[in-house]
Amino acid sequence: MKKFAIVTLAVTLITIVGTSFAQEAARLGDLVIEQPWARASIGTNRPAAAYLTIRNEGTKDDILLAASTPMSGMAEVHTMSMKDGVMSMGPAGPVEIPAGGKVLLAPGGLHIMMMKLKKALIKGKSVEITLSFKRSGKITVTAPIYGPGATRPE
Amino acid sequence: MTDENYRGKWLLVFFGFTNCPDVCPTALNEIAQIMENLGEKAAKVQPLFITVDPERDTPERMAEFVSAFDPRITGLTGTLEQIKASTKSFKVYYAKEVQKGAPDGYTMEHTASLYLIDPKGRFVRPYSYNATIEEISDDLWERLQG
Repeated sequence: MKKFAIVTLAVTLITIVGTSFAQEAARLGDLVIEQPWARASIGTNRPAAAYLTIRNEGTKDDILLAASTPMSGMAEVHTMSMKDGVMSMGPAGPVEIPAGGKVLLAPGGLHIMMMKLKKALIKGKSVEITLSFKRSGKITVTAPIYGPGATRPE
Repeated sequence: MTDENYRGKWLLVFFGFTNCPDVCPTALNEIAQIMENLGEKAAKVQPLFITVDPERDTPERMAEFVSAFDPRITGLTGTLEQIKASTKSFKVYYAKEVQKGAPDGYTMEHTASLYLIDPKGRFVRPYSYNATIEEISDDLWERLQG
């Protein structure tokens, strides 16, 4: 009986998680944008970061050209590189989204760097992010805002 | 301010800057989680976040930044010379990198390791950027037994 209850709970959890994924994924042609999220900013005079996963279900490569958000005067896709233990960060340039592949924007790697913030990004709220792709065009996704040190979507 | 201010405590030291939205918050969040993992033993540990960007990072900015992660973390800044001396003693590399578009036109590159200093002020070891929270917590836990 107890075992059964656990199984039921597990199924319920999977259903809940499944639903939230479904809501968070957005489709643009062959591209699927999954689990966008952002870190709360600490005030407005420092940049903030947002993350998401881009999946290309098509047979042709695409390229992420730019990102923008109404919350920031300037947003760019940045990347972090590590050489001999020294961390450096800067614009990633165009990011290829290979056919049948996926690209992760996640802490410690690629991220959408939101500079010149107009408003603070507050935990519990959300931020709209527009992505521009060479082939597929533009899409706007809503990214929930988690804590300033969050490491993954909750 | 020297390490003598903290004699008697284990120091967990990370260098970074508050205009860094990706790696530095990740590192400070890791430090906060390590402190959680250590439970009561965390009282023997003082985490320090030292800026490599003293021109922008005022004491107020440092305090605002670290308190968003864990009130036990102390943020330290100083003059350019003090920061230079401090990074030199840890053999930490850092440099200003001109970057069009970055806030104030520059960003910082820096060594992203975490350093452990014992209660007598002796350097113990670095933890590499790739070390996991569990590895660092376990290592510290062992050392704090004594």
